[in-house]
Amino acid sequence: MNIIVAIKQVPDLDYIRIRDRRPIMEDVPQVIGDIDKSALAAAVDLKESAGGNVIIVSAGDENLEDTIKEGLAAGADEAVLVKDARLAGMESSVIGTVLAATISKIENGGLIIFGEGSADNYSGQVVSRVAQILGYPQVGYVNWIEIEERVAQATRSLENEEETVEIPLPAVMSVVSEIKEPKIPSVSSILKARNKPKRVYTLDDLGIEIPENRYVRTVINLAPVSQRKGILIKSVDELVKVFESEGIIRR
Amino acid sequence: MAGILVYSENSKNAHELLTAATIIGSALGLEVRALSINNDTQAEDLAERCGEVYRIKEDSLKLSDTSAMASILDQVVRKLNISVVLLSSNRRGKELAGRVAQILDSGCLTDVYGIEVRDDGNIDCFRNGLGGLTVVSQVIDTEKKVIAIVPKIFEAMGNKITGVIRDVEVDVRSSGVNVVRTKTKVRDAVDIETSDIIVAVGQGLANKDDLPQVEKLAQLLEGEVACTKPVATDRQWLSEERIIGLSGKKCKPNLAILLGISGQVQFTVGIRDAKTIIAVNTDENANVKHISDYMLVADIKDIIPELIEKIS
Ligand SMILES: Cc1cc2nc3c(=O)[nH]c(=O)nc-3n(C[C@H](O)[C@H](O)[C@H](O)COP(=O)(O)OP(=O)(O)OC[C@H]3O[C@@H](n4cnc5c(N)ncnc54)[C@H](O)[C@@H]3O)c2cc1C
Repeated sequence: MNIIVAIKQVPDLDYIRIRDRRPIMEDVPQVIGDIDKSALAAAVDLKESAGGNVIIVSAGDENLEDTIKEGLAAGADEAVLVKDARLAGMESSVIGTVLAATISKIENGGLIIFGEGSADNYSGQVVSRVAQILGYPQVGYVNWIEIEERVAQATRSLENEEETVEIPLPAVMSVVSEIKEPKIPSVSSILKARNKPKRVYTLDDLGIEIPENRYVRTVINLAPVSQRKGILIKSVDELVKVFESEGIIRR
Repeated sequence: MAGILVYSENSKNAHELLTAATIIGSALGLEVRALSINNDTQAEDLAERCGEVYRIKEDSLKLSDTSAMASILDQVVRKLNISVVLLSSNRRGKELAGRVAQILDSGCLTDVYGIEVRDDGNIDCFRNGLGGLTVVSQVIDTEKKVIAIVPKIFEAMGNKITGVIRDVEVDVRSSGVNVVRTKTKVRDAVDIETSDIIVAVGQGLANKDDLPQVEKLAQLLEGEVACTKPVATDRQWLSEERIIGLSGKKCKPNLAILLGISGQVQFTVGIRDAKTIIAVNTDENANVKHISDYMLVADIKDIIPELIEKIS
């Protein structure tokens, strides 16, 4: 049984500059988000008990193969990608459809793992959309997984409790970052990643058309106004003075 | 008349959603309806706050089975002619939201922390963009809309009316998810969101043994200890209730002291509304300097004891 990990290509937020409160997206490198890396690490851990391969699926723009290389270096065996310039920043409903169609192309996919939310939009809805389209059961916010033949056990980490469920496979899960610390790929695994198999589809191959009308429209996207003093202080004595002037403590 | 449906397994969250629903409902002429699943007490509490409560009693329907739950919401939405579904943006609510939206072929927004109904009938939903770097306002353009709202944003609706409770018949379609065991998380009653002073620690705190010092400092300043996500989830040194940021709490204290915190955007989004921010970090180029009023470039291991001594 193969384990599929859905990975999102996201802009590296550290490189986004703000000008007139607007985010400047040009020349911002595309990366794999941290939670997705944890999801991948968790999948690699499960590979043995599942007895199959770890396969990345991802939908993104022309740079997708480049971005995904890191995932192949981090232990995935192959990647199945959908490339189209329009897919960068595409809304969740479309990405859900694209990923579900891609996953359907993979044989013997028993468990499909997503990060709990993407590093940029963090809406956490694509996982549920994919589960619904495929008609699979799902469990979200998982911090522990064990695979046994045709079922898995997984622990959902909720606000006030941990709920361990038994879930028939194939199934879809979203995981929290603490499930597994991502591995930093070694040089040799980076080199090996180049030769790992990749399948690349277009939207046409999948027979998907991007609907003309958006489901969700963004009206405003601005950085909040921030006015910070930005004063460097040199000692604890100065810090104490700040406390006094801010009225935090009195002498 | 078309309606707006409120559902959360968490009664307090449901009461807050009723407030949001009333705002949207009165602006758009939508009847507010609440749903309660396998919880009679909740149904009764809701009926003191909402004119029409729909109750489902089905032993075979489990909260843990998101697929079955989404199908139930879909059935109720169709039966009651619902156009807006309001869910809680807690973990169960977020998981449910996407699945319900997919069945309804609808747009969905989660982690919404503000709503405004426009004259043209659009509901502007405010949420974080780009990991918290920006604030976005988004509108769902589909006929039905699914919106998950962050807990504690709206006041809970008070109990002042006597509504009716109606039982609804639904068809439960289990997807085979069964709970094997549940374990209550150790509760931490702290409420960092309302704290006036926050002493927050990040991974710059090298040793768990230094945590009592941080607590002592917070105590002296009459503030609360908070932390970055990895301190709570990876190291498990503090409870998840104390996480500030995109996946944690949004705080607006008078003073925030950030100790050994790099200041990545997913963290800063939760603290940028503080009046004054002081950071202590060994790295003078750490991102946290851009969000600080005062920055001390130093090792927190030296700074914390010295500070405690000087303000004691
Ligand atoms: C989708 C998503 C959601 C997230 N949500 C959140 C969230 O809600 N909250 C959150 O906090 N994070 C969140 N994160 C994680 C976030 O991106 C960062 O990884 C995290 O905030 C970093 O925590 P940190 O500053 O403690 O650690 P680091 O980034 O490791 O920073 C440690 C800092 O300590 C300094 N330091 C080291 N030693 C010392 C010393 N002795 N004295 C003084 N300074 C020292 C270092 O210079 C460094 O700046 C999220 C990430 C993703 C992808």
